[in-house]
Amino acid sequence: MKKSVIFGALTVAGMAAAAGVASAGTLDDVKARGKLNCGVTTGLVGFAAPDANGNWDGFDVGVCRAVAAAVLGDPTAVEFVPTTGKTRFTALASGEIDMLARNTTWTFSRDVDLKFEFVGVNYYDGQGFMVPKDLGVSSAKDLDGATVCIQTGTTTELNLADFFRSNNISYEPVPIETNAEAQQQYLAGACDVYTTDASGLAATRAAFEDPAGHVLLPEIVSKEPLGPLVRHGDNEWGDVVRWTLNALITAEELGVTSANVSELAASAGDNPEVNRLLGTEGNLGEMLGLDADWAVKALAGGNYGEIFEKNIGENTPVGLARGLNAQWTEGGLLYSPPFR
Amino acid sequence: MSDTTSQRTEAFVRTDMLPEQAPPATQTGIIKWGRENLFSGVANSALTVFAFIAIYFILMSSMPWILNGVWNASSIRECRELLEGATGGCFAVLTERWNQLLFGFKYPNDEYWRPTLAFALLFIAVAPVMFYKYLPSKMLLFTGLYPFIAFWLIWGGPVLAPIFGLLGFVAGYLVWSRFVANSFAVGFFGAIAAALVTWWVGGIITNSVSAGDTLLSAVPSRDMGGFMLNLILGTVCVSLSLPLGIALALGRQSDMPIIKWICVVFIEFVRGVPLITLLFVANVVLAYFLPPGTTFDLILRVIIMITMFSSAYIAEVIRGALAALPRGQYEAADSLGLDYPQAMRLIILPQALKISIPGIVNVAVGLFKDTVLVSVISMFDLLGMIRGPILASTEWNGVYWELFGFASLLFFVVCYGISQYSQWLERELATDHR
Repeated sequence: MKKSVIFGALTVAGMAAAAGVASAGTLDDVKARGKLNCGVTTGLVGFAAPDANGNWDGFDVGVCRAVAAAVLGDPTAVEFVPTTGKTRFTALASGEIDMLARNTTWTFSRDVDLKFEFVGVNYYDGQGFMVPKDLGVSSAKDLDGATVCIQTGTTTELNLADFFRSNNISYEPVPIETNAEAQQQYLAGACDVYTTDASGLAATRAAFEDPAGHVLLPEIVSKEPLGPLVRHGDNEWGDVVRWTLNALITAEELGVTSANVSELAASAGDNPEVNRLLGTEGNLGEMLGLDADWAVKALAGGNYGEIFEKNIGENTPVGLARGLNAQWTEGGLLYSPPFR
Repeated sequence: MSDTTSQRTEAFVRTDMLPEQAPPATQTGIIKWGRENLFSGVANSALTVFAFIAIYFILMSSMPWILNGVWNASSIRECRELLEGATGGCFAVLTERWNQLLFGFKYPNDEYWRPTLAFALLFIAVAPVMFYKYLPSKMLLFTGLYPFIAFWLIWGGPVLAPIFGLLGFVAGYLVWSRFVANSFAVGFFGAIAAALVTWWVGGIITNSVSAGDTLLSAVPSRDMGGFMLNLILGTVCVSLSLPLGIALALGRQSDMPIIKWICVVFIEFVRGVPLITLLFVANVVLAYFLPPGTTFDLILRVIIMITMFSSAYIAEVIRGALAALPRGQYEAADSLGLDYPQAMRLIILPQALKISIPGIVNVAVGLFKDTVLVSVISMFDLLGMIRGPILASTEWNGVYWELFGFASLLFFVVCYGISQYSQWLERELATDHR
């Protein structure tokens, strides 16, 4: 009896507190705290993982660092909060983290029903297939009757069923719990095909003893736009994260790199959009509630292309090609609204 | 005598003892042992041969992997280059990430000696409890101080905090011993009030005095990790849940309805919920209830949940032991004129706890292994470190057997040690005639 009263009181207090979170300005909170609480994965090859010295590194981590640099002027002023697939959304909703950059797919229900705001897409992913080269398969449509290793309870399972049904071919699923298990099963020959997100396949293949003995098939059977997200209802903060991401993308398009950014920002140059981006012209920073050189600080860690190449690009063990993630001028999907 | 007999008869009689001869080869040493234990029948012989073949194949496949292992490399690719296609484990991951496996990836490197020292002191602290017959009871004083020393060593921060923590207990004890003779309730609640007041005052003093300079730099709970975290959780939760479990078991047998029903509801509720659910509650649900900013330490939340969980189990183990004691033991205590605490302390509990040793050890070992569940709520214990940061690094993605084998080895050593100690303790306490 007594317990239930206490729990009731706690619940009410919790509701009130949760309401309080949503109305407070996250931007001011972050500035007052002097640290950005950024939710990342507990570890995904190339996207986020601490190195031997405990420093976080990766593609998603790069976004966190850029936001921290833009807001606080220091790319290291980030408290990385590792989240699992199960805890990530509660961590964001409860205010434990200010933003989530954890290769999370932008879907309708997450955006609308879970009350989050996806600020953009930093990686266009999609479900792909990997087969051993010896199988002699060059297209997923040749996979009639194949055994397929697939993680249970994920959207990949449903996508797979849809793809095979629409192409009128059959397959035999081999249910797998984790990526690590899948890797072992696939190498042991328990299945002919392994299917998951293309970036995951590439990272998995990179860890093989003989990566060249396996090929990724050209078909991509689902859309998985991955992007950073913030809570609903705090649009000022959402704008800061959105336009930091856009600044990284625009910088690559305009040829602003970590090497030349300080030179370009020293004085107004010929290109008005570069000037506006770097704050030598106009007052975009002020509109966001940040310093005029916010984008300069954000770009100190590199533009989108540099972050990509450093963490998951073709020269890294993960070895992902730009593909859909190239600039729109080069046949990709990256298209940032103008800085104006 | 011998002279006369030898003269009368020609028969040969030995006058001295034959020297002892070695038994036949088939009746001694390893051959006898083997005949009796390995080849005592057709079926057993077949099983033996089969077992030897199995062991041979296991060793043939695992020994090259272990002996040929690479201990110095910077990535799995370098391992493979060094092996040049030969079989061999990539143990370099253990050497390179050794500190991360033991301490997590955020504990400051210069401070590793602190948890190590705390770990070494742990043995000195538990020794007088585990081997109470053989060690002076004065050592128990150190056992009492140990939690505060260990806390200060591992978490660091102002030295006043653990001192006031200790003072709170001392104040509580003083009030208790002063008033308990008059009334149990006054002593009990007075002790709690005295401890709380001490902690409150201590908190204010600590915050105001030593904000800046600290002897040991503070390490936040979020930075704990690796096997250290498993050991912290295991040690703290086992040692807290034992007294709590005893109290719950006694409470469940109480005649006072409120106490009885609180205990029954608590035990049944906690036993009816999976541990992982409680951990999720600790991690995510509490975050909604607590006002933002007042972060209630995550390790503390987890410790509370695991302690609740295991104390419910220990309570049931001890209740079984209490029920196993003959009714006469309770009556004997009553007839001696002992009051309830005395009867429990002197007669009932020593016997009940002895009976329940295997059960308690079972819970303790299970609990220690269950601490790896915290990796699900994104805490980086040993398993969390392996599954998260290490396997997700581009250098070591793909190394499984070496890492998980190492984790199993660490857990096995601890759990086997606990189990051996409990068997020794059972023999030590055995008073029956077998």
